[in-house]
Amino acid sequence: MKEIKMIDEKDTRSGFGAGLSELGKTNEDVVALCADLTGSLKMDDFQKNHPERFFQVGIAEANMIGIAAGLTIGGKIPFTGTFANFSTGRVYDQIRQSVAYSNKNVKICASHAGLTLGEDGATHQILEDIGLMKMLPNMTVISPCDYNETKAATIAIAEHKGPVYLRFGRPKVPNFTDPNKKFIIGKADILSEGSDVTILATGHLVWKAIEAGRILAEKNISAEIINIHTIKPLDEEAVLKSISKTKCVVTAEEHMMNGGLGDSVAQLIARKHLVPLEMVAVNDKFGESGQGEELMTKYHINTPDVVAAAERVIKRK
Amino acid sequence: MGITISSESVINIDFDLISPTNPATMGNYTTEQICSQVRRDIIRMVTDVQSGHPGGSLGCTDFLSVLFFETLAINPSAFKMDGKEEDLFFLSNGHISPVLYSVLAHRGYFPKSELSTFRKLGTRLQGHPCTDKGLPGVRIATGSLGQGLSVAIGAALSKKLNEDSKLVYTLHGDGELQEGQVWEAAMYAAANKVDNIISTVDYNHKQIDGDIDDVLPMGNLAQKWQAFGWDVLEMNGHDLNDIRTKLAEAKSRTGKGKPVVIIMTTIMGKGVDYMMGTHKWHGSAPSKEQAEKALAQLEETLGDY
Repeated sequence: MKEIKMIDEKDTRSGFGAGLSELGKTNEDVVALCADLTGSLKMDDFQKNHPERFFQVGIAEANMIGIAAGLTIGGKIPFTGTFANFSTGRVYDQIRQSVAYSNKNVKICASHAGLTLGEDGATHQILEDIGLMKMLPNMTVISPCDYNETKAATIAIAEHKGPVYLRFGRPKVPNFTDPNKKFIIGKADILSEGSDVTILATGHLVWKAIEAGRILAEKNISAEIINIHTIKPLDEEAVLKSISKTKCVVTAEEHMMNGGLGDSVAQLIARKHLVPLEMVAVNDKFGESGQGEELMTKYHINTPDVVAAAERVIKRK
Repeated sequence: MGITISSESVINIDFDLISPTNPATMGNYTTEQICSQVRRDIIRMVTDVQSGHPGGSLGCTDFLSVLFFETLAINPSAFKMDGKEEDLFFLSNGHISPVLYSVLAHRGYFPKSELSTFRKLGTRLQGHPCTDKGLPGVRIATGSLGQGLSVAIGAALSKKLNEDSKLVYTLHGDGELQEGQVWEAAMYAAANKVDNIISTVDYNHKQIDGDIDDVLPMGNLAQKWQAFGWDVLEMNGHDLNDIRTKLAEAKSRTGKGKPVVIIMTTIMGKGVDYMMGTHKWHGSAPSKEQAEKALAQLEETLGDY
């Protein structure tokens, strides 16, 4: 397996903050809104340097989404920031009507997604957000894997015209992607070529998939590891090309099995090229308080679960 | 007719065959005459498809006619989504789409013959207004209530950033104010001195299930808006002179650090005797016979579509 080196450990939300900060300097149409979580979203720098383009809306997420939709009408490119739970479920109808159906150029930026939010528990650990957002027509759904990629994705979505959901997280995780790589929406990133099994991972599970790939290599199993940073539109061509070679596939994500990446892949392969599929995802359960790593283990979305899924799916070929 | 509905139920519009109403010719008509025609259109549109919301539409006809024909600085013949250097209007209570569509058509946003497509398959005149079909004059989808004020605030902030001195107007139902998002928006606008916005509340005291005082009493609306930091005016929504005066007064109060709201008293169903003062016609269409009775009370002035 190709050696993939960790550069350092950083949180993906800081990648968002850095990307937004850069956009503040390079694109004067970019404006930012936050619902009382400026520090958590790492939006402080943008707020400090561009106070006239920063809108603190208080704890009123529905109003924030509406204001963002309205700002686009005068040509602005609004980036909203709050936790993933309050970015989606809490404001689903506002996003549906004022953003997605109205096709407004709003960038919904969501931190603290999934179990790795940790100790705050299930009230804040949304595992349904990808599903909620990918069901909306006009919506693009992006789930980058590390700091560098989140920064690049933040910059890239400003150039994309239309609603975008950008999902990232709280904890420090390995940062390994090339900081100079341009983020291309909808283009899957093949991290390591292999022949026995395809592993499609998104978000924090991409590094877990890389770790799983190393363990599988020691067992003489050759895994092709693909980073699916764009859930919608899914890079169908890349997925189909890989599974036509490996003849089986594992999906891995910090999300509910229903509605997540695995669900999108299942639909694709059922329609176009049926092969055995195993999904590493949370299976119809709410999370709970604990440390991120502990929770990933307890809810079966950690490295050993990816390894086990790969071994299972190969046996089903 | 420049509009045909084909066997596939796709509505084709041949713009070459239709001259959109020229607002300049409106000089020949009084706003009273425009109101009468708009009310006729509302009755004919909802009767044709046996659905839609005539009550609130009739109640807001006088206000929207004055607003679009006498107040707003707009450019209907060259509609642009960004609305730069134009006044903007957002209909938050999207269910009164019949009155909006009729006023937009007569003001020249699109041919009035297109009113015959209201709520039919393939139409740009959806049951509730949307941007999805590209209808000129509409800048956001509304219908799910309580969202329009937030959107209007965003548009108003955008105008400030663009150093655009034109204003943003909104209309809301009174029942709609039961949605919490309206008050999030109201709190935000006052706290942040969004003083280039003039909102109007259609205070007809009715909602689908009955009188507001029976469904969910809202207390003193003017005091509520004042407590939220808005500059409050009250007007009679059926007295054209009062509407003119209060809209001018509202405009003079913009740019002074406070958003402005007008509590507009109206009668649901105004202009059709048997529809007035009851919630029965909030979301029901009259039968053909009932429509004839209504049309007999409303003079055809600009010509039916």
